[in-house]
Amino acid sequence: MEALKQELKENIIEQLNLEDMTVEDIADDDMLFGDGLALDSIDALELIVMLDKNYGIKLTDPKEGRAIFESINTMAAYITEHRSK
Amino acid sequence: MKKVYINSIACISAQKTFDNSEFLDEVIIHEDQVVYAVEPVYKDFIPPAAARRMAKGIKMGVAASKMAIKEANLKNVDAIITGTGMGCLRDSEKFLSGIIDNNEQFLTPTSFIQSTHNTVGGQIALELQCKGYNFTYVHGSNSFESALLDAKLQIELDEAQNILIGGVDELGEHTTKLHKLIHHIKEEKVTTNTLLESKSSGSMFSEGASFFVLANKKQESTYAEVVSVKIYNTLSQNEVSELVLSFLKENDLDIEDIDAVVLGNNGDFKFDGFYNELTSTIFNNTQQICYKHLFGEFNTVSPMGIWVALKILKTQTLPEILKLNKKETSSYKYILLYNQYRGENHSFTLLKTC
Repeated sequence: MEALKQELKENIIEQLNLEDMTVEDIADDDMLFGDGLALDSIDALELIVMLDKNYGIKLTDPKEGRAIFESINTMAAYITEHRSK
Repeated sequence: MKKVYINSIACISAQKTFDNSEFLDEVIIHEDQVVYAVEPVYKDFIPPAAARRMAKGIKMGVAASKMAIKEANLKNVDAIITGTGMGCLRDSEKFLSGIIDNNEQFLTPTSFIQSTHNTVGGQIALELQCKGYNFTYVHGSNSFESALLDAKLQIELDEAQNILIGGVDELGEHTTKLHKLIHHIKEEKVTTNTLLESKSSGSMFSEGASFFVLANKKQESTYAEVVSVKIYNTLSQNEVSELVLSFLKENDLDIEDIDAVVLGNNGDFKFDGFYNELTSTIFNNTQQICYKHLFGEFNTVSPMGIWVALKILKTQTLPEILKLNKKETSSYKYILLYNQYRGENHSFTLLKTC
């Protein structure tokens, strides 16, 4: 799980061009949207594609995303349970 | 008709031109076939949250536009008109590579959104909250001149008072490889000092962004008046001198009235003949100026020639590195610019000090 969280942080920084951030700047329970990393709706689309491409998870219900993308912890937990690759 | 003035300039190029207090005081001598823009600190111009999705071309364009607006002492403009030959190349390449690499699956939105030719104009409008006329011209090496012509007409006809115009292009890795394959980029390494004497085909490629505020009123920051602009898609070499003469005649000028001619020589022996046609005949006794050995070649490098001309008109000085001949000129009133790329998209631009 820890390795997955590290991988998620690295991918988020790279995919979302968070140029001034390092893995150490993102805590496992930081809010990804809103007050935390302040990601926006375009970032949400990038994250949905990342789940599909890297872990074989297709999100069909947009409402699901709100809970899954709350933090690195919630993303890692969802991926561990649902990944197909 | 209203007169058209250039009230501010900003240029991000392969030289350190973003510092507008200087005029090529320190020249970078390039030694390569592909040379990259010297960038300012973007955080001074673009909020980090907005900058993170911007590729280099967008950052250069937005930063240069803000520099130009600031120098013109404006908060906003009536219109934004951009010229670009290739648009946002890096994001286009990223998006298209993604389609191929991932077998048309997993396409992400960011690079697609940022890949369109009018992204720069759009981002500038968003930053300025400018809801006025916003247009992007894509017409090879006449992209910027098309924007200039549009702005000039709007100001002359009193449809706008202040218009931001600019030209921007960025280097993309894959596109650069293609230009090398078709020999539009020189095969051998060239330097700033030797490019113009080169006897091979192709040129030194580069990138950059130049922005200007055109206005119907003169002010302290004014650089020059845009007297006339004319563009042609195709010309033969033996037509150029005659067309220059008729262009000058249309503006009630003779060859002797032109204090300097700024030419787009880029070291490509196949096409520099268009310029040689002028320098060896009608402009034989005129101050001849070149700039592409410093700035490289790309579709919107011609506004950097305008940047050079405007700096000359304002400072009444001409750096040695820009001189093509040994003619000495003490004062500059009229400067004519002529540009073409690979024998197509020719432009004449006439500037006058004021």
